[in-house]
Amino acid sequence: MKGIGVSPGISIGKAFVIKKDKTFVTSVLLKNDLEISSESERFNLAVDLAIAEIESIKTNRELILTEEDIAILETQIEFISDPQLKEDVIEKISGDKKNANDALIEVTANLVELFLNMDDAYMRARAADIQDIGSRILKHLNGSVKSDTQQFEPDTIIIAEDIAPSDTITMDTRYITGFATQMGSKTSHAAIIARSKGISAVVGCGDSLKLIKDGDVIILDGISGQIYINPDQQLIDEYRAKREDFIKQSEKLKALRDVPCVTTDGESIMLTANISGADDLADVFENGGEGVGLLRTELLFMNRDTFPSEEEQFEFYKKVALQSKDKSVIVRTIDIGGDKQLSYFGLPIEQNPFLGYRAIRICLDRTDIFITQLKAILRAGVFGDLKIMFPMISNVEEVRAAKNILAEAKKELQEEHIPFNVDIKVGIMIEIPSAAITADILAKEVDFFSIGTNDLCQYTLAVDRMNEKITHLYDPFNPGVLRLISNVIEEGYKHNIHVGMCGEMAGDPLATLLLLGMGLKEFSMSASAIPAIKNIIISHSLSSAQEVCKKIMEMDSSSTIITYLQDLAQ
Amino acid sequence: MITTDYIITAPQGMHARPATNLVKLGKNFQSVISLKKGEKTVRINSLLNILSLSIKGGETISVMVDGEDEADAATAIGLFFTQQLKDQ
Repeated sequence: MKGIGVSPGISIGKAFVIKKDKTFVTSVLLKNDLEISSESERFNLAVDLAIAEIESIKTNRELILTEEDIAILETQIEFISDPQLKEDVIEKISGDKKNANDALIEVTANLVELFLNMDDAYMRARAADIQDIGSRILKHLNGSVKSDTQQFEPDTIIIAEDIAPSDTITMDTRYITGFATQMGSKTSHAAIIARSKGISAVVGCGDSLKLIKDGDVIILDGISGQIYINPDQQLIDEYRAKREDFIKQSEKLKALRDVPCVTTDGESIMLTANISGADDLADVFENGGEGVGLLRTELLFMNRDTFPSEEEQFEFYKKVALQSKDKSVIVRTIDIGGDKQLSYFGLPIEQNPFLGYRAIRICLDRTDIFITQLKAILRAGVFGDLKIMFPMISNVEEVRAAKNILAEAKKELQEEHIPFNVDIKVGIMIEIPSAAITADILAKEVDFFSIGTNDLCQYTLAVDRMNEKITHLYDPFNPGVLRLISNVIEEGYKHNIHVGMCGEMAGDPLATLLLLGMGLKEFSMSASAIPAIKNIIISHSLSSAQEVCKKIMEMDSSSTIITYLQDLAQ
Repeated sequence: MITTDYIITAPQGMHARPATNLVKLGKNFQSVISLKKGEKTVRINSLLNILSLSIKGGETISVMVDGEDEADAATAIGLFFTQQLKDQ
């Protein structure tokens, strides 16, 4: 069975199934003012009791509460004592003559509905918290309060419909190794608590979770979301090994995360990530990334029926900017065409789409599309260190034309009196051989270069990346490709502009020393590749990398180069 | 009455924890303190009402403070929105 893995880790243990008490509406109406006032009293008392219960958890010395736990308890108290909740319930009691039980159930349901309909995922997840508050008061209203702290055996995996704050607070989590719930999302309480306590968790498993009974042996994979019920010994052994690996790996990762990326002789190198949206950022920082070397914007344009408006795009970039912790974020302008098509933008089928109407070529032709995107990025630049990068540049005229349109976008924003970042940095992607060869010319026009090795390799070697028959020719270690890369870095250095790399090669451990030796300053890759690359950089000196680079640049074939690098790695 | 606009600089916006702290902060003052986002205005004595505004990072909200100690209250609330919110 499979759910959504929301807290990484692998747990093997025994199931403990939590069942919720069901609540019922009685539909009994109140007869007179006396009953009304006594029901109101009863509700107020239940609220007081519910608060007292949480206060007693807060001061219970047997539970080891973290600052996080206390904050959750305090939020619970504020929810329970909320004047709006009270006002709504009392209104239903005195106005609609409902009894306290029914009034509370109704008010809770309305609030849950309200939060479920919000457009923000975090707020939607709060609906479960509100349901929990309602149930908690209801419990006191009906006088059925169960014992406070639950005890578990070691290696317990909790199985529940959903896990509410009040559940986790009264649980002794020391022996809990995993959570699995029917409902929930990445931002639901179970997920947040599990991550903060380092417990693996899988949510959103659906009804099939009901198959699990108390005492079943469970394997829970919080990364893939996979759950196994009563697995055989072979599978248990396999997952035990996986768990060992995960623990080792995450310890290493943690140890490296906050280590500055500096060579043994003091050269600072930037390790950044390639991402597709704000949701990817947490992972970047978790892996020790220091920003974003490539924000792809295609997601924003794909899987829809029309071009996104300036406002929609602005929200997308702003979200990234706000969550970027003021680190550098390079935003690549639309890179559609080639293998990336849009259903609503009728691009004709071409003989050679990779050599055709794509990326900056479309933008310079359809300036209306381009200017909308540029305005949105400029505006979002107020909220973080966003930079603009133009892809598929083949000559200096294209750079100048793109910059002219950027100036036009700024002018329009000025006239509309909308705040934007006037001094936004502008760079280009170097992925066409002519651009790599004329790096000296292009460097005078921009603030930075980012080398896109995937396309640079395919264009330089005349190899279609998608053609399986010739994949062996697709080789970034080809001396021709290496010379182009080296030239770009050198010209960037001469003209005092920043040079980074955002292609596959930047995340290839085999290439790290060579690129470092060439003088590359920023390596941008998928977040998960960062720790391994960092490990290489911090354990070598720049001067030794320069030696490696010098030797390699004198070698005549890619096979010699790769063999040399492989020997070096051992 | 003192009315001040703030841009929410905390990326995650107004989550349950900072909202709890805002409710608690408001209890220190006699003044009636309200938040306005778009067309909707709520008092800050209710966590539910604050959350129902669904305030996100980058949005602008208005804060209205009305009462005898409004000057002190407005200063404290100002500090909350300009600094403390981001640290929570």
